[in-house]
Amino acid sequence: MKSTVRDVGNVRVIALEGKITIGAGDVQMRGLVESALADGRTNILLDLKGVSHIDSSGIGEMVGCYTTVARRGGSMKLLNLPSKINDILQVTQLITVFDVFDNEAEALSSFSS
Amino acid sequence: MLYFARMVRQAQMALQSRYENIELAEHMLLELGRECGIEEETLYWIGMAMREAVANAIKHGNKLSATKRVFVEMRVEPGSDVRIRVEDEGEGFDPSQLEDPTSPHNLLRSSGRGVFYMRSFMDEVRFRPGERGGTCIELVKRLHAGRE
Repeated sequence: MKSTVRDVGNVRVIALEGKITIGAGDVQMRGLVESALADGRTNILLDLKGVSHIDSSGIGEMVGCYTTVARRGGSMKLLNLPSKINDILQVTQLITVFDVFDNEAEALSSFSS
Repeated sequence: MLYFARMVRQAQMALQSRYENIELAEHMLLELGRECGIEEETLYWIGMAMREAVANAIKHGNKLSATKRVFVEMRVEPGSDVRIRVEDEGEGFDPSQLEDPTSPHNLLRSSGRGVFYMRSFMDEVRFRPGERGGTCIELVKRLHAGRE
């Protein structure tokens, strides 16, 4: 899995690309979120536009990150869900947990509202 | 070409208990499926289910032991079905103990969705004791003539 990280205002935007799967992408995603928190960034936007696969470990890690960030008083939201990733969030009913956006500007402004 | 596309394709693999070998199993499935003319969308979801079965065998069955292997068999029959069998060398597994990961009190759990994935993406998922003492998972996806 590849990733790019940037800060926009008070939001850490983490763009992921490839597979978020057991033993590789899941661990990497967790590391990126923990790194954001270590930097004092508790508003996190995960851009999933380039993600092709997310297995049960990846989705579990994403839920774990969500709850970790929430416990730190922040929030983690999702941007640009590919259709297959959206299907997985629907079937697992996690679509009801995450705030999901398809427009980055709207996603960023949602953190300040 | 049509004649070859309708032939049954089979493969067997014995994998070491390492997560990177999940990619090998998926690669083999995609090769077989494409040779048989199975739609990419269908193959994607079968691949996701198989990934879970192999990951389950590596992690929960063999507990990542370097001395234990995961045995994968796949059989693609165009116009009929895709059958996958994944067997580990662990100590067995009772799927009746699994909770529903979509129930409200489980929704925020960070694990427990692997079998749910398999059941969501395949038509049949069966667990039985394996010949080597571990668990054997059988996955079946029915194909619809004319679509794949």
